[in-house]
Amino acid sequence: MSDLKSTGPQTADAPTPEDAFHEVAALEAKDAQEDIHDERVKGPVLAADGTPLKRSLNRALRMQKMRAMMLIAPLLIFVLITFIFPILQMLWRSVENEIVSQTLPNTVIALEQWDEKSGELPPEDVYAAFVKDMKVAVANKTHTKLGTRLNYEQTGLSSLFRKSGRKIKKWDPETGGPFKEKLIKVNKGWGDVTTWQTIKLHSSPITAGYFLNAVDMRLTPDGVAMQPENKQILLKLFGRTFVMSLVITFACIALGYPVAWLLANLPARSANMLMILVLLPFWTSLLVRTSAWKVMLQQQGVINDTLVWLGLVDDANRLVMINNQFGTIVAMTHILLPFMILPMYSVMQTIPPSYLRAAKSLGATNWTAFWRVYFPQTVPGIGAGSILVFILAIGYYITPEIVGGTKGVFISNRIAYHISSSLNWGLAAALGTILLAVVLILYWAYDKIVGIDNVKLG
Amino acid sequence: MKIKTIAALAVTTALCAPSAFAGEMANKITAVSWGGAYQKSQIRAYAEPYMKMHPEVEIVWDESSNEAVAKLRAMAEANNITWDIVDVVAADAIRLCDEGLAMEIDPDKDLAPAPDGTPASEDFGDLLVSDCFIPQIVYSTTFGYRTDMVGDTPPTSVCDVFDLEKYPGKRSLEKRPINNMEWALYCDGVAKEDIYDVLATPEGQDRALKKLDTIKDSVIWWSAGADTPQLLADGEVVMGSTYNGRLFSLIEEQKQPVAMLWDMQVFDLDGWIIPAGLPEDRLARVKDFVRFATDTQRLADQAKYISYGPARKSSAPLVGKHADLGIDMAPHMPTDPENAKNTLLYNYEFWADYRDDIDAKFQAWLAQ
Repeated sequence: MSDLKSTGPQTADAPTPEDAFHEVAALEAKDAQEDIHDERVKGPVLAADGTPLKRSLNRALRMQKMRAMMLIAPLLIFVLITFIFPILQMLWRSVENEIVSQTLPNTVIALEQWDEKSGELPPEDVYAAFVKDMKVAVANKTHTKLGTRLNYEQTGLSSLFRKSGRKIKKWDPETGGPFKEKLIKVNKGWGDVTTWQTIKLHSSPITAGYFLNAVDMRLTPDGVAMQPENKQILLKLFGRTFVMSLVITFACIALGYPVAWLLANLPARSANMLMILVLLPFWTSLLVRTSAWKVMLQQQGVINDTLVWLGLVDDANRLVMINNQFGTIVAMTHILLPFMILPMYSVMQTIPPSYLRAAKSLGATNWTAFWRVYFPQTVPGIGAGSILVFILAIGYYITPEIVGGTKGVFISNRIAYHISSSLNWGLAAALGTILLAVVLILYWAYDKIVGIDNVKLG
Repeated sequence: MKIKTIAALAVTTALCAPSAFAGEMANKITAVSWGGAYQKSQIRAYAEPYMKMHPEVEIVWDESSNEAVAKLRAMAEANNITWDIVDVVAADAIRLCDEGLAMEIDPDKDLAPAPDGTPASEDFGDLLVSDCFIPQIVYSTTFGYRTDMVGDTPPTSVCDVFDLEKYPGKRSLEKRPINNMEWALYCDGVAKEDIYDVLATPEGQDRALKKLDTIKDSVIWWSAGADTPQLLADGEVVMGSTYNGRLFSLIEEQKQPVAMLWDMQVFDLDGWIIPAGLPEDRLARVKDFVRFATDTQRLADQAKYISYGPARKSSAPLVGKHADLGIDMAPHMPTDPENAKNTLLYNYEFWADYRDDIDAKFQAWLAQ
């Protein structure tokens, strides 16, 4: 029975070598079973050239798979090298922290004996180990790099390492001691317990520090704590990014639905015209469209000028429509609209108009016919469009940067800042990882609620 | 005898030079700069004369200075440095030097002395703020205002930016703490020499933000240097901060009704760095180029095309007229005594340390 089942689904389709393979396998399994029953010896089914059919089919199948693999290999390799690998590398940066233990190996070992909660400075052997490590680091010019890394955790360490490096260069770690007094004399930062606490806390080669920073928290000697209130910004930005992306998605549904309906139902000639109107902005450069919105929305811009000219708005109280959330929502809705319209259109096109007519002839009002018959059939299109628009929106960078002012910027603007300005790539990677995880979770949730099979992209 | 030997040596060197160096120097330089009028001034003042002297050399420009630090770091990690010389602001040069991404230079060996023989280290003086940095120009971040929107009493002090009663309307400030925090503290009554001591304390930072709070609703925050000139030209803002060269072209080249407010302009430096780890032949070529491009005459020539002050003391007397407009450039230089009555010098050491900390607070404050 079971052998029939395995070939069952395929028999509905056109036969393929795989079907044959399954059938042969099933037959042979059956043979084997029969062999046990009655000791009859039966040779395997042979192909024309005398090899067992199973093996020759296997070979044919393998060849076919190889050929298929070779066809998609360029794409696969391209995606691996340019997409998967960099992403994995970036994700790794969010926890990687080898710089401290590599630059100060002896100090890190010496610090293990020191109790960071005691409130006392570490003993002389830590200082001696530190000078030894620094001597090597200065020769390799890695001490300034370490200073930059630790400065993310404690302000001031960057210049502490840079300045002290110049002095330590001239010392002899073997005979120059004792170093405790000497270092504190060079810079009183070395007489500060928090400096050593920071080094010890962030000495492990794998750190959760970046992820904590990414959600406005930090490592302290007493465990994990929230950042001071006046430095908390990232959670707020995450929240804003999601809320605004949702608003943009809904705005796109509301604006795109009627357009998609028109596209699907107008006569071909006017529908084509309309399609060009939808696609034209889609093909225009993103920067150009964003800048155009700037010209439209600013206080001395086209819309305000028209409203003032019409007398609807007082010249002194021109509307503020840009450099805020409103500006970002308007510009991004416009830019992302085609991503909503196109999947909705392709779904609506496949809905036969006779369904609506049938509903009406059975006594449905216009609204009931639309809401109970037409709308449910368009849900896959709305779903596909919403996923596209939402995922694009939460990662958007350039439009919020240009029209968002201070209250309309997204988390991606912060990621860009940490990548290109502050160079805190670990934090940027942690923020990016969180964003990626959230997208995957949302995708999973969508699959659970709506079902990803119900999504049609065209 | 001696003179003869030297002469003979000189002749042989001159004769051998093309063949001897051809194998050692690469013939292509990839230079990175900011694009726009500034890059054009570099092309006209350094690159074109250099290529005239060395017709075999090709100079390719890349407009990536904005992201130079991040890109250089990525290149170093990939072990594939494609840039030969990079134009960066001094703060970035310090960070690149800290990270070991820029090559250290010896000013007296690698750079040309002044025409009177003064060594380069003295000619550049204090402007050599990092071991890797070769200064080119002094620029400043300062304010421009619309002459038609301020009535009969144009602003004279940077604190007028904080005076909404006298000068109502929007102003544009850069979307980062640097410069804004200093101006805020100065206008809140902190003496100029104490600004950075106060700003180092959390109370001082709060105080600066509190001062900025008074105008927060009237500020448009910019992130690209072209934003303020555009906002001024459109009449979107009454006054705004930007780089002085941008304002010069807005006023003198585009003839907009805008004037300069030089009070408390913040001096900053821009210059070259050479990426660390270049192969021998490219390094030899780029050293040759940079020696030429930063000599006294070339730096003075650059001021013909853009209103930034040359970084060498010996170049200042050579600054002449604008190449196209024919106006005297000296009065438009940020370093001109008339303009530099009250100035502030960007504190590199301070911002290298406090940048991340204060930026987090500043951004949190902006988002409130």
